[in-house]
Amino acid sequence: MTLGSVPPKFKVGIDRDQCMDCGRCIENCSYGVYHRESDKILIESRKCTACLRCVAMCPRDAITITEKPVDYRSHPIWTREIREDIIKQARSGQIILSGMGNARDIPIIYDRLLLDACQVTNPSIDPLREPMELRTYIGKKPSKLKLRKTEIGDIELETKLAPNLKLDTPIMIGHMSFGAISLNSHLSMAKAVKETGTYMGTGEGGLHQALYPYQDRLIVQVASGRFGVNIDYLERGAAIEIKIGQGAKPGIGGHLPGEKVNDEVSRTRMIPFGSDAISPAPHHDIYSIEDLVQLIRGLKEATEWKKPVFVKIAAVHNVAPIAAGIARSSADAVVIDGFRGGTGAAPKVFRDNVGIPIEVAIASVDQKLRDQGIRNEISVIGSGGIRSSADLAKSIALGADAVYIGTAALISLGCRVCGNCYRNLCPWGIATQQPDLMNRIDPDRGAVQVANLIKAWTLELSELMGAAGINSIESLRGNRDRLRGYMLDEGMLKILDVLPAGA
Amino acid sequence: MIEMKTIRIDAKGIHYTPLNQQIRAAVADGAEEIILDNVLGQRFIGTGLKGNVLITINGVPGGDLGMFMSGPICIINGNAEHAPGNTMDSGMLVIHGSAGDAVSHSMRGGKVFIRDNIGYRGGIHMKQYKEETRPILVVGGTAHSFLGEYMAGGLVLLLGIGKEKSITDRGIGSGIHGGEIIIRGEVDDYLLGVGAKKFKFNESDLERIAPVIKSFCEYFKLDPAEFLDTNYTRIAPESSRPFANKYVWE
Repeated sequence: MTLGSVPPKFKVGIDRDQCMDCGRCIENCSYGVYHRESDKILIESRKCTACLRCVAMCPRDAITITEKPVDYRSHPIWTREIREDIIKQARSGQIILSGMGNARDIPIIYDRLLLDACQVTNPSIDPLREPMELRTYIGKKPSKLKLRKTEIGDIELETKLAPNLKLDTPIMIGHMSFGAISLNSHLSMAKAVKETGTYMGTGEGGLHQALYPYQDRLIVQVASGRFGVNIDYLERGAAIEIKIGQGAKPGIGGHLPGEKVNDEVSRTRMIPFGSDAISPAPHHDIYSIEDLVQLIRGLKEATEWKKPVFVKIAAVHNVAPIAAGIARSSADAVVIDGFRGGTGAAPKVFRDNVGIPIEVAIASVDQKLRDQGIRNEISVIGSGGIRSSADLAKSIALGADAVYIGTAALISLGCRVCGNCYRNLCPWGIATQQPDLMNRIDPDRGAVQVANLIKAWTLELSELMGAAGINSIESLRGNRDRLRGYMLDEGMLKILDVLPAGA
Repeated sequence: MIEMKTIRIDAKGIHYTPLNQQIRAAVADGAEEIILDNVLGQRFIGTGLKGNVLITINGVPGGDLGMFMSGPICIINGNAEHAPGNTMDSGMLVIHGSAGDAVSHSMRGGKVFIRDNIGYRGGIHMKQYKEETRPILVVGGTAHSFLGEYMAGGLVLLLGIGKEKSITDRGIGSGIHGGEIIIRGEVDDYLLGVGAKKFKFNESDLERIAPVIKSFCEYFKLDPAEFLDTNYTRIAPESSRPFANKYVWE
């Protein structure tokens, strides 16, 4: 091989003075970095993914992991990553597949948006003392209400309301499929959303029987592969989501590597054991906006118009008119997934280059819907790279009704964002179907962690709102006056409809 | 003979939602047979419907006939539109005529029999789990492109009745990773999609599909003897992972 090997990504070291030779690193590393030879633990650094499982489990803090232990000649254009990608493709002639979300170091708009707070002229609100209204309804809202006086003089609502989901906090967990992630991860999150009064998506891998007790908190997904979709599945969900696109890979379908298709996954998806689960790029019964209407109505008809239907699209250049089309299609909510959205597996070139940031997508969709007078027709859910309660508050101020989190929820379960989700070896028991690894998550404990994260963000959101003198999420929604842009150019500020800091 | 409990519904001028409500009410009321007259383009007939009921549809139903359906048998005396049997779970559609595109899209079980022709993407993404569920699509005439594309299971049988060549459109079985497509007569190589491979159709294959052929012929009053030979082409996956060689890990 004239190309030789590329330098290892990480170097693993054991402080032999600290090490008590307990072997927990060997047991915990599913990538096979450690093995014992006679009485010594040997290290194969090249296998390390920096998932930090060994570091977390080492009782003596004896392990160190160093990134990029070998330097390339530094170069501003021909970066290490670019050179290595070319070497990989020179060897294979293949598409580079990657996990997790966009890994490029490009500016994050959230970090250049600043929130407002009250000083003197209007008082801030103490959420400890005053009620903060975070309850959010997802679904169509009537443009006007018709009321009627009953015979005994009461007022009754005459307008027929469309089904809505009632959220106690505007944070939902997005769709990650059974198959991409383990059953114990799903169970942990399902228990957490039930406890915190919110919802989670099932992804398109069907619904495992173990999740039935949480079905009134689950949004079932219908994607282009139609995996796991039958009438029972649709009836169990609190809402149904049609996935058209995903922020991590707009324009292409899903790909669950055959390594993860064990018997359980094969059964719920109804595909051969060990074969790749392929979701095509389009839905093959949707080739136009009229066809989308047909599927939405088909799903509503199948479930007797009792459930809201969401449509999820990737944030792409024309996201605003597309969302406006969806708002006119009988859909109850549009989910916009920004280009930082995560994934179990996506071609790297898509993950890192296709789509637009969620911040601008929320702003332009909200604006377009307002301009057309149809904002009440549809709820807007933002997703793809929501990392904190600050991102959440900014998303709502830009015009979202609620957000989906994905990676953040996985981090609360132990994920260290090593990005090797497609290998079925996740040492944290998340992106794997191997029973021994999956059992590293105790769903009861996992649920506490996920619920803690949602509670903490909810508390922080209340504090942020209180500081801004806002006591209802409705008053924050689309309230771009409470945002200022810092180091954003004029064009971007215009799209976001946000003033620069100081103005 | 025990009389079946039959309910007749005149569908003239009725929107699909009230029509489906009437059908559901009839099934809940214990109807064993429902006859729909004057059907003209109503979509979603029998969508999500469960139960063991025989539905006769006189007229031309609209798109997504029997979508997500689980159990009923529908006899359609007319053509059908876009995607009959879409994501159907079990039950049967017997169409005395032709149907549009995406027939049996993602079908998970049950049978769809079409007397004449179908449009594009027939049997696309059909699924199967072991032998417990095996969706079957039989087409008497011919089909347009992308027949059985991305198939993960099930059987597509195309008889090409009255045609010189059963199929002349391309892209058969592209991305197929489970199940099989069986076509009457020879199939030109250039019609096959990526990942699909031709196999010799032998006596044991015939034995396997003979009950399907007989059942189809019974519904459409054809002589099964005409079709019970080995003059078929069997198309199945080249491998269970047709795209495994497309990717290299990061």
